[in-house]
Amino acid sequence: MTALLEAPTPFAIEQPPGRVGLRRAIAAEWTKFWSVRSTMWMLVGTGVAVMGLCALSTGTVSPSDIIEDPTRRSLIGIFLGQLIFGVLGVLVISAEYGTGTIRATLSAVPRRPVVLSAKIVVFGAVALVVSEILTFSAFAVGQAILSAKNAVGSSSAIAQRAQHLGVKVPHGVQVSLSSGSASLGQAGVLRAVVGAGLYLAALGLLALGLATIIRHTAGAISAFVGVVLVLPLIVQALPTSISDAVARYLPANIGLVMFSTHGAPDRVGPAFSPWTGFALLVLYTVVTLGVGCWVLMRRDA
Amino acid sequence: MIEARGLSKRFGNVVAVDDLSFDVRPGTVTGFLGPNGSGKSTTMRMIMGLDLPASGTVTVLGRRYHDLPWPLREVGGLLEAKSIHPGRSARAHLLTLARSNAIPRARVDEVLEFVGLTSVAGKRAGKFSLGMGQRLGIAAALLGDPGVLLFDEPVNGLDPEGIRWVRTLCKKLAGEGRTVFVSSHLMAEMALTADHLVVIGKGKMIAETSVADFVARSSRQSVKVRTPAPHQLSDAVTNAGGTVISDPDGSMTVTGLSAPEVGDLASSISVALHELTPVASLEDAFMELTDEAVEFRGGS
Repeated sequence: MTALLEAPTPFAIEQPPGRVGLRRAIAAEWTKFWSVRSTMWMLVGTGVAVMGLCALSTGTVSPSDIIEDPTRRSLIGIFLGQLIFGVLGVLVISAEYGTGTIRATLSAVPRRPVVLSAKIVVFGAVALVVSEILTFSAFAVGQAILSAKNAVGSSSAIAQRAQHLGVKVPHGVQVSLSSGSASLGQAGVLRAVVGAGLYLAALGLLALGLATIIRHTAGAISAFVGVVLVLPLIVQALPTSISDAVARYLPANIGLVMFSTHGAPDRVGPAFSPWTGFALLVLYTVVTLGVGCWVLMRRDA
Repeated sequence: MIEARGLSKRFGNVVAVDDLSFDVRPGTVTGFLGPNGSGKSTTMRMIMGLDLPASGTVTVLGRRYHDLPWPLREVGGLLEAKSIHPGRSARAHLLTLARSNAIPRARVDEVLEFVGLTSVAGKRAGKFSLGMGQRLGIAAALLGDPGVLLFDEPVNGLDPEGIRWVRTLCKKLAGEGRTVFVSSHLMAEMALTADHLVVIGKGKMIAETSVADFVARSSRQSVKVRTPAPHQLSDAVTNAGGTVISDPDGSMTVTGLSAPEVGDLASSISVALHELTPVASLEDAFMELTDEAVEFRGGS
């Protein structure tokens, strides 16, 4: 207090009660998030990837194709969109280290868990809203295209088996075939569409967590791509006995199950149920962010 | 008021800051002087809670930085020339900081106006010159109208006009009763700006003193002498144990003897003196003090 009394001039701005907390930090992160052009570009890029691949995968269906899972078919662009989304998640924190902004951020909000929490809230909320809008849009557009093309789907085990073996089911055999387009009222469809958005948002946060640990943009993007793209390739190359045991734990395969209406394609092997898989994915994300928070608090900025 | 007590920092095996204790008081400009790599920036970062000390403490207004309720309203720091995203506008950068510390939006335009960046406030900061970036950093430091200001090498990269602006600003802020802590590796700059000095070398405290005392303590004072009989005087000075360097302007610089000694000597050999000026070389004093403590020395 003596120090305060030594300063003769009362300064212009009055101190509000309380202290810098999560609410203020969120307001700051929100402004920060939208004030660089890359944010919008990444979101647009994700949208173009999801919608573009949706149009491509549904628009190129020919009458002889049997669509195993029309919902998944319309959401397949997520595999590309997730990469761009991941880059955005990485940049939310790695750009701060790359540009030195982290020093300004941490001098304004010195309690580091508060900073990371604010980033999680802002990016997580945007990610979830954008993801769900994208997956519902892709579903709607994709199903409209499939329906317009009178696409043929399979709902029976025989038809699925036939497709698996490469045997074409004659076009006229409608008994064992369903419509090649899905509606939200059908079993598992709403869950798959919602799940696709949840998967995308969770991956974005996983990328944010990796970047909090790694700090460098290029390194964090590499790690993210390694986890979602390269790991599945490696696992697929392993003997079946190993890959069957491991594949179900991979985020990409969890995602595949989440946006399928009735299980993943056979090539994935044994898989967790959609919600068990999602719980696991959330666990990965929480642990990654937790480790990120731990190192953030212990390292020099 | 900044109080450092036994502040130390190691990076691996390298001791960057070694047991520093000092006070920075309000109402004066305190210069933080040391060669490049002597630990000034690290100390500044520890004050602001960015680097964690290996041991010791540093408080601002009696509190650790982490415990300040509204840090930007208490402490303004200019740490690096550019700690801003090149894609973000100056106004958005300041607005982000303002929102975190509940600082009114109008204050953002106020500080932009103050540092003369109003016309480019909406432009991406990546397009800013070094000087503009430095002004933006100063605007950020002043945003919360803080009582404590830390400027790390604020004049680096500035043109003479900018340097004078920073110098005047530091004095003005101190005159308002604020605590102003300015680092530099340039002794001459500090002599013009600061009242007090904290001098470090290789992370260790060398001197904590007023600028005047620092200069007076320097043993390497020299005397500028002008005389119509340079050879006579120069021989006498050399015989008395002094050293003479002839300057291009016809004067000579004597070291090893004080001004009175040179005057008495001239009188004793009946040589007239046209000028007898003691010259305290701040750079020399600084070099002498930090001689042992220069981390990276050029190849000379």
